Amino acid sequence: MRQSYRILPVYTADVSGICSALYELGGMTVIHDPSGCNSTYNTHDEIRWYDQDSLIYISGLSEIDAVTGNDQKFIDALVKAVRELHPAFLALASSPIPFMSGTDFPALARIVGKQTGVPSFFIPSNGMHDYVRGAGAALAQIATSFVTEGKPADKSRINGRAANILGMTPLDFAAPGQAASLKRLLSAHGWHTVSIWAMGDGLDAIRQAGSADVNLVVSSVGLAAAKVLQQKFGTPYVVGLPTGLFARQVFAAMERAMEQGQNQYPCKDRSAGKPDSTVTIIGEPVTCASIAAAFERRHGVPVRLLCPLEALDEVLAPGDIPVQGEEEAEPWLEQARAVIADPLYRPVCSQGAVFYPLPHVAFSGRIYLKQMRDLTTWEVEYNGNE
Amino acid sequence: MLRPISEQETAENMRSTYPTGNVSVRMAEASFPAPFSPGLEFNSPAHGTWNIVHTGMLVPGAQQIYVCAYNCMRGVVLTAAEMNASDRFSFVILSERDLILENLEDVTIEGVTDVIRKLNRRPPAVFLFTVCVHHFAGCDLRRIYRTLETRFPDIVFVRCYMDPIMQKLSLTPDQKLRKAMYDPLPMTDADPMSVSLIGSDLVLDETSDLKRILRHCGRRIRETPSCRTWEEYLQLACGSLILTIWPSAHYGAGKLAERLARPYLYLPSSFGYDEIERELQQMAKVLGEPETGLDSAAEQNDCERALHAAHAVIGDTTIELDYTFHPRPLGLARLLLAHGFRVETVYLDAISREEEEDYHWLREHAPTLQLTATNHVRSRVIPRDGGDRVLAIGQKAAWFAGTRHFVNLVQGGGLWGYDGIRRLATLMTDAFLHEKDTADLIIRKGWGCESCI
Repeated sequence: MRQSYRILPVYTADVSGICSALYELGGMTVIHDPSGCNSTYNTHDEIRWYDQDSLIYISGLSEIDAVTGNDQKFIDALVKAVRELHPAFLALASSPIPFMSGTDFPALARIVGKQTGVPSFFIPSNGMHDYVRGAGAALAQIATSFVTEGKPADKSRINGRAANILGMTPLDFAAPGQAASLKRLLSAHGWHTVSIWAMGDGLDAIRQAGSADVNLVVSSVGLAAAKVLQQKFGTPYVVGLPTGLFARQVFAAMERAMEQGQNQYPCKDRSAGKPDSTVTIIGEPVTCASIAAAFERRHGVPVRLLCPLEALDEVLAPGDIPVQGEEEAEPWLEQARAVIADPLYRPVCSQGAVFYPLPHVAFSGRIYLKQMRDLTTWEVEYNGNE
Repeated sequence: MLRPISEQETAENMRSTYPTGNVSVRMAEASFPAPFSPGLEFNSPAHGTWNIVHTGMLVPGAQQIYVCAYNCMRGVVLTAAEMNASDRFSFVILSERDLILENLEDVTIEGVTDVIRKLNRRPPAVFLFTVCVHHFAGCDLRRIYRTLETRFPDIVFVRCYMDPIMQKLSLTPDQKLRKAMYDPLPMTDADPMSVSLIGSDLVLDETSDLKRILRHCGRRIRETPSCRTWEEYLQLACGSLILTIWPSAHYGAGKLAERLARPYLYLPSSFGYDEIERELQQMAKVLGEPETGLDSAAEQNDCERALHAAHAVIGDTTIELDYTFHPRPLGLARLLLAHGFRVETVYLDAISREEEEDYHWLREHAPTLQLTATNHVRSRVIPRDGGDRVLAIGQKAAWFAGTRHFVNLVQGGGLWGYDGIRRLATLMTDAFLHEKDTADLIIRKGWGCESCI
């Protein structure tokens, strides 16, 4: 049965994705939920919780309020909290019970926004999807609400080529210094980073995002925001993470995108899914495809990519395999002779397979936090004996 | 060692920088039992208290199967993974389609069936957790269990719930679990020489008053966390007396005693000599013993000596404590204040009915004591700059105070009675003298469980 899981966990959910994406932007994020969503998020999905403040809460929804449709209590709590703490915005997220009862979140957001004067919106969610959808929608909303100005008429105000980095959260990029590392890499290739969405930069930097020449989408989380920015300002986007020998292709794609105004998908330029693939990688599709591309360029060995997330098809290359749940992933992992994956996948891999651990917060949470890799520099130590 | 407080650094000065707002209230103004108004809820990064996954894992050999939506699943499945118990945890994910179009009973039945068939072993018991959406969809849980019990007659299905939406007006999932987990205990003859301590997550200290009395009376004590096999677990049914010390197990232990027709005692851990003595006498009486075997006067003198020795070391250092350390935070504050310690803040979100007497005592004798909420919207932004000037008792207090000097223990640990007070004094002294890695310790889930992070 597709929905049953014997031993693998599930990925971070949409609501945690929303919280993670908005964490550093100075807003307030509230999940309409009885209990548990906040604890799940801050325990397993948020590595900044201990010492970096962010206004993220749950409503503490009770049975009687859910049954009677008493939204007023929620509205009052929101208005009170917003007036006390003055966030830059209010983002609402849903969970299964409000989904079942059909709570009108856009209306709630409008009411609170009107009463407080603080931009308020609902990020579509219900706790029943993965983080790519939630975090992606959250960043898209930020692009919609807060990025209002495009490139200045006087382009000389900007030094050289400028890019935004979209889709960077600790869920996919948990190594210390990861944002700075990527920014340095861009700088070394002549790119000025306008803003990083959304790790290391606040709302002020993000408001400037319309001035960029190109948007670099480093995980599928950034794709929805890239589309909004393209629609608003015509900025083309490039999907791929500059890593290892693959970095050159990404930067070349950024040049092309700037010159031609066309979106580029270097992460699809691989030998994806060839029948003779002996190496399998599973995880977030853009980062994994980029690592796979770097691997193929270095070792000349094709890599099969399994995508266990609700990523848009456009980031997958022909031959990449979407897998939904443990039951679909298990046969592919069992037959792989070498696997690059989060260590929690190891129990469903063949015993004889060579396993290259690639810890991923959005899968194993904080369990392997001390072993996180800088994805821009990490390379698989492959000896070809598989 | 903590830096001794100087005269200039009075508590008032330190506190004055805190924007207490409505996140803190002075004892004199605190209402009972809800000192804070409800609102949005914050959750601190202190995670040492046990959750339903940890508690369920106390039952040897049992498999936990959860049937719920994606995000609800994430927290529990990773709890199991972090305690290296993934092999005893499985689940069925519910989708939107299941809630809207499908028959939730069938999805649950077929999902659980599939999981059981995929397992590498046949568990003696399955703890099946249904959730809020089952309740809201009006799911026929009896049909689910009846069908599963017919399909798997060799497995005991334990009716568990992860339905926090019910907890504000009804029993919490934790309370329900501490009832359900004892449902498999069979009707059996009572062993007159044994007592079953039910409902605790942590083993009671060997030196605790209760264990000393039971040894004195020649009774054997069985405890849930000590059981190593399913068969051993079932032997909990043999106790001639059902005993619990943990508040949220009161309901379940009482139900078990009623079902097995055994005498039942609820003897919560406390910090008041009178209450301790009363409970010890109660215990002796139920056991049919003329006396407890403990010299109360000597025990109390020993406690006084231990507290004074601790105070001689700790002196006027600011102390902050929280409800996760012990379910009687006000009783603890009262004990310490009465012995000259400088307790300034108690972190809690509600006051237990069991603490009403302590509440009144503190209002009269410590009106400036601060009660500070841990889950209030402002709890996120209280400055956590107490640093090395604060000795914390409990993980949440340690985080809010921002100190490395804290007593790292949750849920009362195995503390009980006079012995518990003496151990507390020792733990406080040790915490004062030696710093800990707060950031590493308090984020670990389930204090006392394995943790692979």
